[in-house]
Amino acid sequence: MLAYGGQTALNCGVKLEDNGILQKYGIKVLGTQVPGIKRAEDRQLFKDSMTQCNVPILRSKTVTNFEDAKRVAEELCYPVIIRVAYTLGGKGGGVAYNEIELHEIVERGLRASLVGQVLIEEYIGHWKQIEYEVMQDYAGNNVIVCNMENVLSMKAHTGDNIVVAPSQTIDNNEYHTLRSAALRATKHVGIVGECNIQYALDPDSDRYVAIEINPRLSRSSALASKATGYPLAYMSAKIGLGYDLSELVNRITKTTTACFEPSLDYIVCKHPRWDFSKFEFVNRKLGPTMKSVGEVMAVGRTFEESIQKAIRMLDIGNDGLVLNRNTGQTFDEEELENKLSHHDDFILYYVAAALKFGFSIQRIYKLSSIDQWFIEKIKNIVEVEEKLTKNELNKSLLWEAKKAGFSDKQIGRAKNKTPEEIRDFRKENGVLPSVKQIDSLAAEWPAATNYLYLTYGGNSHDIQVQSEDKGIIVLGAGPYRIGSSVEFDWGTVNMVWSLQENGEKNISVVNCNPETVSTDYDICSRLYFEELTQERILDITEFENPKGVITCVGGQTANNLTPGLAENNVKILGTSAFDVDRAENRSKFSAELDKLHIQQPRWQAFSNLSAAKDFAEEVGFPVIVRPSYVLSGAAMKVVWSKEELKTYVKEATDVSPDHPVVISKFMLNSLEVDVDGVSNGTEVIIGAIVEHIDSAGVHSGDAMMCIPPWRLNNKTIETITEYTKKIATTFNVKGPFNLQFLVHDNHVYVIELNIRASRSMPFVSKLVKTNLISLASAAILDKPLPKIPQNKWQKIHNYGIKVPQFSFMQLDGADITLGVEMQSTGEAACFGTSFFDALSKGLTSVGYNLPDKGAALVTVGGDQNKEKLLQSIALLKNLGFKILATEHTAEFFEEKIGQIEIVHKISEPERKPNIADLLHERKINFIINIPSTSTLEKYVGMLDDEYQIRRKSLELGVPVLTTIELADSFVKTLEWLKNNKPTIEPIEPYDPLDYST
Amino acid sequence: MTRVTITTKKSRHANKFGKLIFDDGTVLEGMGFGYSTTVFGEIVFNTGMVGYPETLTDPSYSGQILTLTYPLVGNYGVPDPTIKDPDGIPKFFESNKIQIRGLVVHELSLSASHWNLSLTLDEWMNNEKIPGISGIDTRELTKKIRKGGVMMAALVVSDSEIDEEKIRKQLQSAPKYVSEKFMDAVSTSQEEVYGQTGEPVVVIDTGAKNSILRNIRNLGYKVIKLPWDTSFEKIISYKPKGVVISNGPGDPQNCPDTIETAKKLIESNIPTLGICLGAQIIGIAGNTKTYKLKYGHRGQNKPCVNLDNDQIYVTSQNHGYGIDPVSLKNSDFNLWFKNVDDNTVEGIKHKIKNCIAVQFHPEATPGPYDCKFVFEELSHLMGEGNTAKK
Repeated sequence: MLAYGGQTALNCGVKLEDNGILQKYGIKVLGTQVPGIKRAEDRQLFKDSMTQCNVPILRSKTVTNFEDAKRVAEELCYPVIIRVAYTLGGKGGGVAYNEIELHEIVERGLRASLVGQVLIEEYIGHWKQIEYEVMQDYAGNNVIVCNMENVLSMKAHTGDNIVVAPSQTIDNNEYHTLRSAALRATKHVGIVGECNIQYALDPDSDRYVAIEINPRLSRSSALASKATGYPLAYMSAKIGLGYDLSELVNRITKTTTACFEPSLDYIVCKHPRWDFSKFEFVNRKLGPTMKSVGEVMAVGRTFEESIQKAIRMLDIGNDGLVLNRNTGQTFDEEELENKLSHHDDFILYYVAAALKFGFSIQRIYKLSSIDQWFIEKIKNIVEVEEKLTKNELNKSLLWEAKKAGFSDKQIGRAKNKTPEEIRDFRKENGVLPSVKQIDSLAAEWPAATNYLYLTYGGNSHDIQVQSEDKGIIVLGAGPYRIGSSVEFDWGTVNMVWSLQENGEKNISVVNCNPETVSTDYDICSRLYFEELTQERILDITEFENPKGVITCVGGQTANNLTPGLAENNVKILGTSAFDVDRAENRSKFSAELDKLHIQQPRWQAFSNLSAAKDFAEEVGFPVIVRPSYVLSGAAMKVVWSKEELKTYVKEATDVSPDHPVVISKFMLNSLEVDVDGVSNGTEVIIGAIVEHIDSAGVHSGDAMMCIPPWRLNNKTIETITEYTKKIATTFNVKGPFNLQFLVHDNHVYVIELNIRASRSMPFVSKLVKTNLISLASAAILDKPLPKIPQNKWQKIHNYGIKVPQFSFMQLDGADITLGVEMQSTGEAACFGTSFFDALSKGLTSVGYNLPDKGAALVTVGGDQNKEKLLQSIALLKNLGFKILATEHTAEFFEEKIGQIEIVHKISEPERKPNIADLLHERKINFIINIPSTSTLEKYVGMLDDEYQIRRKSLELGVPVLTTIELADSFVKTLEWLKNNKPTIEPIEPYDPLDYST
Repeated sequence: MTRVTITTKKSRHANKFGKLIFDDGTVLEGMGFGYSTTVFGEIVFNTGMVGYPETLTDPSYSGQILTLTYPLVGNYGVPDPTIKDPDGIPKFFESNKIQIRGLVVHELSLSASHWNLSLTLDEWMNNEKIPGISGIDTRELTKKIRKGGVMMAALVVSDSEIDEEKIRKQLQSAPKYVSEKFMDAVSTSQEEVYGQTGEPVVVIDTGAKNSILRNIRNLGYKVIKLPWDTSFEKIISYKPKGVVISNGPGDPQNCPDTIETAKKLIESNIPTLGICLGAQIIGIAGNTKTYKLKYGHRGQNKPCVNLDNDQIYVTSQNHGYGIDPVSLKNSDFNLWFKNVDDNTVEGIKHKIKNCIAVQFHPEATPGPYDCKFVFEELSHLMGEGNTAKK
């Protein structure tokens, strides 16, 4: 089955087929056959197929070199769009308005493409972007499960678009013409299972073209599954096994067939989550390359309700489209015009701002290509805002605002009242949301579905929760983003399962991320596809009247709700809100550590800048600045000077206004260690001690991690173990926790305690073969912890290494050096029988090529760094690699290890041999580029040349190693690979838990 | 097709007083739109997510107050009702007027946007003197109809406060849907001819949708549309290659003349296709029985299996009556299509004669185009000496 692991698996499957491996072992492909996959994926085959089945396509041509690209672009007239064959998320494509841009994008695209081809196509940015999800069986029965419309037209990649389902602005003729074409196209291509077809539709006529078919389950299919309640992957897999659509049963009604087309009686709105602020120099513009890192889906009965819910779900500090915390930003007319025509992640806010400024809807449409219907809806939101600000708040205005998706926070802000006051007023007036079912059939058939959402577009609940059905609510983690990804969904899902295994029958889940397993309605008793906001969770707890709520597995989003829920008398299961606060609040935390005589790096909290400066000067720069409640280093920064301090103190307060800024001493040259564990308040089980391979200062989410630790001595491990036990019991931890330590000159310092599931918990659980969340569920339910062998983690023979996956390629302009802000968008964990066995697999998994010969470019800033790298460079040379270096670096190494080839900087193009040429000619296999962290220049005045090298090599797909530790490990892995082969073993299941006493 | 004229328009006939009153006493308050008046009819629901201009002009809805389960309605406005295709058939509508008695929605879009727009929904309804109500929890209403079956209701739209009691009384004495006679209202009173070329096909108009005419024209035949009670002899006088008995409203038993004609058409083996009401009429003519469904099938997502080849098609449906599957066993017909979900009869084929019928809408509009082949099947029957494919 090739269609279930995204583009990566699909590409892999096609390669296996092309290399004759599938044939050699007599392996059948289930579902869409490889020729069918190729008819969808290969640009030319796709065009031919569409022409054959009478589905119109754009004028375009596939090219394999720039000269042809230029000729085609002239034929089609600029602007043209360049699309790259066989890539993920439109990687490497772009819009070219002239020949210079064309050159750059085509060259980049050709290199990114597995098959060395790109497509040059007429650009239709202002057309509507409509998608259909199709199911088809071997017998040729086919249905459309969902259609979707992109609010930001064709201008933005659908992954970066705000998407509604079903389509809103197209009529019956357009809807069904596209539907028929979808069925025709899928049949012709030979899809078996599920696929997605994307169209562009002229907004001024019924002319349409098919853009592409994705012959696999995709992000869009996940969205469509959640939007309709039709489990596409499940059905598709069944079809792959040979079932006909008609033999399959609708999973929601359980009585009707799966061979039908869901009818929705709500509007779904998907909103991407971007994390641009984590990247220096990044280009925020939305275009054909996908840049978002996650998404949310909101369900409502009006567009206004759905879109405002979606914005809140993003967890970016906004309470809706309007009436947010005042950012003090204003725009003039010219800026607005510019912002409206070049979309970035704030586009909807600019539409609202333009409406307030007095732009007509027509004008906004002309600039933005957003259909006027959507602009009208945004205008409704702006008008309700005005009413809220100007008029007296009465029952009817309250209803109007709630139907338009306003939160109590927004309303409170307009009326100068607290959200609690608005909530009370609302309840007095009976303005309450209804709980509705998502049943795939618009209530036409009785459905015992547990798939729910809340809306103000109704006046009665579809279900009632009987008192004997009282259960536990588990809060999920919200959208994937940098720092909170599938690890927390793993936590949520495992918590649900473990609670069920512990005899809890009624588990409800609240989450809003369509990409997750926790939002599969069949894993729990009731699924609320809802906002993770205090207002909404209280709505749900008032409706459910649960035994308690679990907030410790949904990452920081869920964790942050703990104090507010507790204040509202919601029972928090697990560690108490009081203890969570003691750990999260740095002052309280430090006080406790002092009592335990456990050290921390020096720190202090500030709400005024001059005191902050004094402290920083006293402990000495660099210092780390961060807000006190924070995950994944949002607005966390290493600061090297007073000037910088000023900037970042402001930024940090924007992120977390209710909490002070914390400044701590940044300890250079130390090791970072994570401990994941579980406690029930008396017993403490350590999952594992995890050592970061990169030195402290690289964010823990970006660092490579290793179990068991390989540089810590026994004494240090003992100290860490002892500290962990002391701290967990002191804070009465009941459930999962994560402790972060710093080891400097054999001294152990505590950085922080997170009383919740951590990012590394699934990694630890899988290596140690003990599901920490299962243990946590027992702790939370006040059951005795199962017996785990003492220091079990130390007795595991395997090595586990977690390697981050970065997406710098998709983020135009972003620099790739690592720092305290987390930047990776994913990770791979690999296990092996030795450190290098695991590491070689890990590096390969995240896309590094591990060459056995070739050339390495070495550019290192600072003598100290050069010294540290010496051994690795010598080894590399011994392994037979040619070493290239710039003059200064070459001089240093040549003296110690002999001949080095001198190359010249990109900024001196006239001097040959030049790095730029060598990169382009593919004469460099990888690059070791260590920026000089010990000087101010990297942070204050960025070394442009180094940036150029990193960015260029990234664009050309050449690996760049930016930390000494990574470079060392990389080189040693290459050495290991000379005489060894990575092992291939199946992953072992969790050990059974022993609950006997 | 491209016409750039007006592309957005605002509602001007909305936010009136509106109430929906049921014969069981339930009252739902909302906001009136369209024309200010009071209507009485059978309340039904349709689960289609697009196609309100087509749905509202489908004559099968005559006598009914229609609830749309999709919550946002009116988004893309309404096309120009005066535009006709080259054969003189209204291009974007299924008949010459709005056929429903009233419309119930969750939210009326107060502005519409589309390149092919001429009117807003409320403006169109106002022009055609049809009331509508928005702000209704249509999901709850749908569940009510699903549980209790279709029922009579009054829809009141007014520019002033509504007197509930008065309406309640009027509702008691309003004619019941089941006993209403619709044919004179929906059928043409005289012969209408569409197209100059091709051999003639007669459409017996029991409330025919324009798409049926368009589909027959597209196959190259000239369409002769005749009143519902046209005699067999009169039909024969046109020397038709085939006959279509159309869709339409109400109980098929209320069309005795058409049933008689159908009997003779079958007897004389004239290729005949029945659609929806036409299928029920043909069924009765061939000794089946019909019955009223609890809450009908109205939507665009109904799976039907073709028993000839076991293929499943997603069909557009709108019927409140159906052919009794038990009675089919002792009739002149074989089952052709059935609804996969509840096994209702969705298509029949005569055992020996050139007569076929489908309960769903092969002409689509609104709804999926997957079953256009039914017209080709008729065409096939009309070919030289062919009989229906078994």
